[in-house]
Amino acid sequence: MSTPQTIYESLHHQGFSRRDFLKFCGISATIMGLSPSMIPRIAKALENTPKKSVIWLSFQECTGCTESLIRAHAPTIEGLIFDHISLDYHHTLQAASGRAAEQARENAMKEHHGDYLLVVDGSIPMGNPGYSTSAGISSLDMLKEVASGAGAIIAIGTCAAYGGLPHAAPNPTGAVSVEELITNKPLINIPGCPPIPAVIAGVISYIVTFGQLPKRDSLKRPITFFGQNIHDRCYRRSFYDQGLFANSFDDEGAKKGWCLYKLGCKGPVTYNACATTKWNENVSFPIEAGHGCLGCSEPHFWDAGHFYQALSVPTREIVGTAGYALAAGAAVGVASAMLNKKKKVDATKNHETVTIHDLERTSS
Amino acid sequence: MNYVDFLLWVRGPAFQIATAIFIFGLSWRLLEILSLSRKPELAVVRERGIAGGFRTIFRRFLPVDDNTFQRSAFIITAGYIFHLGFFIILLLFVPHILFFREFFGFSWPGLPTPVIGIITIMTLLALIALLINRMRHPVLRFLSGFEDYFVWIVTFLPVLTGYMAFHHFFHYPLMLALHILSVELLMIVFPFTKLMHTFTWFISRWYTGSRAAQKGVQV
Amino acid sequence: MSTASFERGYNAFKEKIDAPIASYFSSCVHCGMCAQACMFFTETGDPKYTPIYKLEPMRKVWEQEYTLLGKLKALLGISQKLTDAELAEWQELIYGSCTLCGRCSMVCPVGNDLAYMIHKAREGIAAAGHAPKGLIDATKRAVIIGSAMGVKLATLQAQIKHTEHNTGIRIPLDEPGVDYLVILSALEVVNFPEYLEALAKIMKQADKTWTLSSIAFEATNPGLQIGVSDIAKELVSRVINVAEELGVSTVISPECGHAYTAIRWEGPNLIGRSFSFKVQHILEVLDELREQGKLKTEGFEKARLTFHDPCQLIRRGGVIEQPRHLLKMVATHFVEMEDPGKMNWCCGGGGGLVTQEESEELRTKAFNRKKTQLDALEVDTLVTACSNCRIVLEEGFEAYEMEMPVVGLTEMVAEHLVESEV
Ligand code: SF4
Ligand code: SF4
Ligand code: SF4
Repeated sequence: MSTPQTIYESLHHQGFSRRDFLKFCGISATIMGLSPSMIPRIAKALENTPKKSVIWLSFQECTGCTESLIRAHAPTIEGLIFDHISLDYHHTLQAASGRAAEQARENAMKEHHGDYLLVVDGSIPMGNPGYSTSAGISSLDMLKEVASGAGAIIAIGTCAAYGGLPHAAPNPTGAVSVEELITNKPLINIPGCPPIPAVIAGVISYIVTFGQLPKRDSLKRPITFFGQNIHDRCYRRSFYDQGLFANSFDDEGAKKGWCLYKLGCKGPVTYNACATTKWNENVSFPIEAGHGCLGCSEPHFWDAGHFYQALSVPTREIVGTAGYALAAGAAVGVASAMLNKKKKVDATKNHETVTIHDLERTSS
Repeated sequence: MNYVDFLLWVRGPAFQIATAIFIFGLSWRLLEILSLSRKPELAVVRERGIAGGFRTIFRRFLPVDDNTFQRSAFIITAGYIFHLGFFIILLLFVPHILFFREFFGFSWPGLPTPVIGIITIMTLLALIALLINRMRHPVLRFLSGFEDYFVWIVTFLPVLTGYMAFHHFFHYPLMLALHILSVELLMIVFPFTKLMHTFTWFISRWYTGSRAAQKGVQV
Repeated sequence: MSTASFERGYNAFKEKIDAPIASYFSSCVHCGMCAQACMFFTETGDPKYTPIYKLEPMRKVWEQEYTLLGKLKALLGISQKLTDAELAEWQELIYGSCTLCGRCSMVCPVGNDLAYMIHKAREGIAAAGHAPKGLIDATKRAVIIGSAMGVKLATLQAQIKHTEHNTGIRIPLDEPGVDYLVILSALEVVNFPEYLEALAKIMKQADKTWTLSSIAFEATNPGLQIGVSDIAKELVSRVINVAEELGVSTVISPECGHAYTAIRWEGPNLIGRSFSFKVQHILEVLDELREQGKLKTEGFEKARLTFHDPCQLIRRGGVIEQPRHLLKMVATHFVEMEDPGKMNWCCGGGGGLVTQEESEELRTKAFNRKKTQLDALEVDTLVTACSNCRIVLEEGFEAYEMEMPVVGLTEMVAEHLVESEV
């Protein structure tokens, strides 16, 4: 392993000038969602911060999160990250394989014990450990082992953050999130299926730059990127407010770009940066492409009601329930009616004719 | 339990439970009422009662005369604003229509959302005014007990939380969950309180109207 | 010897509660509008006179006996059982401050027929022995003597003689096969003999055969007012039996609102079958004769007059237009009160209230409503068609020192009969 280098040194080594370095700090600031006034502080930090050792573990996942990150169109993002960190272990990206790869991981763990950053994508199966292994080690064991020496953990993607697709009912593998297993380490979730690459980059940059996790919401997501509701930022919002909705994906309303609420858009209950940061270098995001938000950055998004059913529709079947309830209520009603009928018949039977002698208490 | 779990719970199991209790209670209570039956009218009637009963169902929407209106002008006006408002919101707000479509299989056009917003404000104000009136008017204060105030609260909450959710006060998913929860509360207490009048008013009017019509009086 | 008891009262409640009552209690939203329709509230401002509140004992029985929820509530101690003391306490509300006028039933937004309920609730309170003394005595007189006022046949016979002498028209008694059996309110025998004279003249002009009965001359029915179906049935049966024995085609109910309801509407339900004869109020008969051209009048009343609608006749009886037709026939200055017809205010003495001494003060207060109505009109004469109303109105005028003649509509019409034809 190379001796720890600061980021500035590393860049300098690659032939970047001081000017280039400051430009780099500027890009970092933007991507972290910080104001330009923060640039001097970032520069100062990067001059003194050694490159972070990162171990990236992949469990029950589809590699979509990694794909998202490395396919980012702007080379700056990918480059930026790899300038910030020293990626010591990553199944998909590392050149080494087999024993050598595991060796690299073990070395990094030893060398940077207590300091390295653990990045996880994918959920962990709690059912049969054989559902997900690497190098003969189950995901659970691997996670526990690597997490024990980590300085902080980043759960990338909804699977790692909340269980994601593998967790969808009936959750055949018993998938759980990282957070459910590791509770004694600083942890940040960057959910999304996949997360926006710029968001991943921004969070990693922040951690590396400032040596601490950014501010997080109640679901442990960085507030800078997840503080905003899609619906609040949606450019179709004015149509929602006016009550103009597309009724199908190809009707007049859809062509006019009306709100997709009726088609199942989950924007109103979703927190993510899609509507502002957008995808593919600010080109578009699902709603702009004509499809409702799926709410992929929220827990249980696979089980939060039909994708194409409006948010106001109950997630469980109710017509049948109502039917049974009607029958049960009728049964109780009929039972009560029968009791009542008997009571009334009895009352009529018990009726003693009231004569003028019965109008007072003490009639003689 | 985080807000997502909460929202999912109120949209799923809780709603199912509330629906079950609501429908169960309704069918039970209505049967209990109707099964008590009444004796047939044996006197020679001036008019068949059935039509008269239906006439009264509609006629009673308006006060029978000016004097009656004047004497209860406030409660009639505020009561109308609240009832109309409540049903407009319930039946003509698009997300609600989508809910009913799921249940009934058909839908109808809704109102523009800003209109619903204004109506909601009016409904809330009417409800508040009705509450103040209930606490201050000698007759209403005298008649009112726990149930009257409780029912006011469970009626008021869905309107209030709905408005707050719609305008994204605080945290939308949480507000939405609270809104749905308050509706569930309303549904659960519904069959066991005076809220039952929603389903019995026309039965009452029909009974009264048919007997009066038989006697030749339009009530 | 049997006696009234709480159990019998409770049992009566259970017998009388039916689907309309269950629906009414389930529907009430405590809006308080019924209070605004009741003169006992409007003239006193005391909320205890709110009509639906008068039904609290009955509501309890309904809830605890006929709803599972109520049984549960009672079991858990959330609601209290009905007590005898409550029934005694409610006498004042069920009898002492309700004339069964039915005005409240007209305004309830959910359509509750409160007067119907109050009437049924009287069954329970009466059987429990908490009916007011005055009404009990009247009921006893009706059953024993044959008339609530204690008027005996001898008095009627004297009156018949007197009328025959005055009019020169024979008054038939117990004649079978005639068109009409005429029944009377004792008040008409004692206080308003003009009624009988008027009737004799009208029948003669219309060329109708009619008769009085020596057994069933009394039409009023305190059994109904006190809320004891058994007694009401006994009293009404007297008339029914006589009418069917004599084979008349129509029974004419007198100018008395509740007497009309008693036989016209309650009668068949009390005896459990319909009649072989028709029942008409005297005003219905007169209006029919008018239509047929058999009632010919001349001249008009000059005075400015108005009509007081007897509740049981108009609002609860459905004879609404007839008095107006007749008034227009004989009066030029007929003006309607505010809230005329089916929305008119009660005189304050119906429902047997007039028999209760203890309610006199309240009745007088409530009469202020009528006074206000009349003051606004500035009329010289008040016409009505109920001898009970008439007495109460006169009493009220006395209490408020008002000077105004109260006239029965039948007499007024008779005054104008074309002389040559009588
Ligand atoms: S498309 Fe979705 S996020 Fe956009 S306004 Fe409509 S419901 Fe809200
Ligand atoms: S029936 Fe008449 S007197 Fe009785 S409560 Fe109703 S309005 Fe009052
Ligand atoms: S008017 Fe009807 S609903 Fe209102 S308090 Fe009276 S009985 Fe109840």
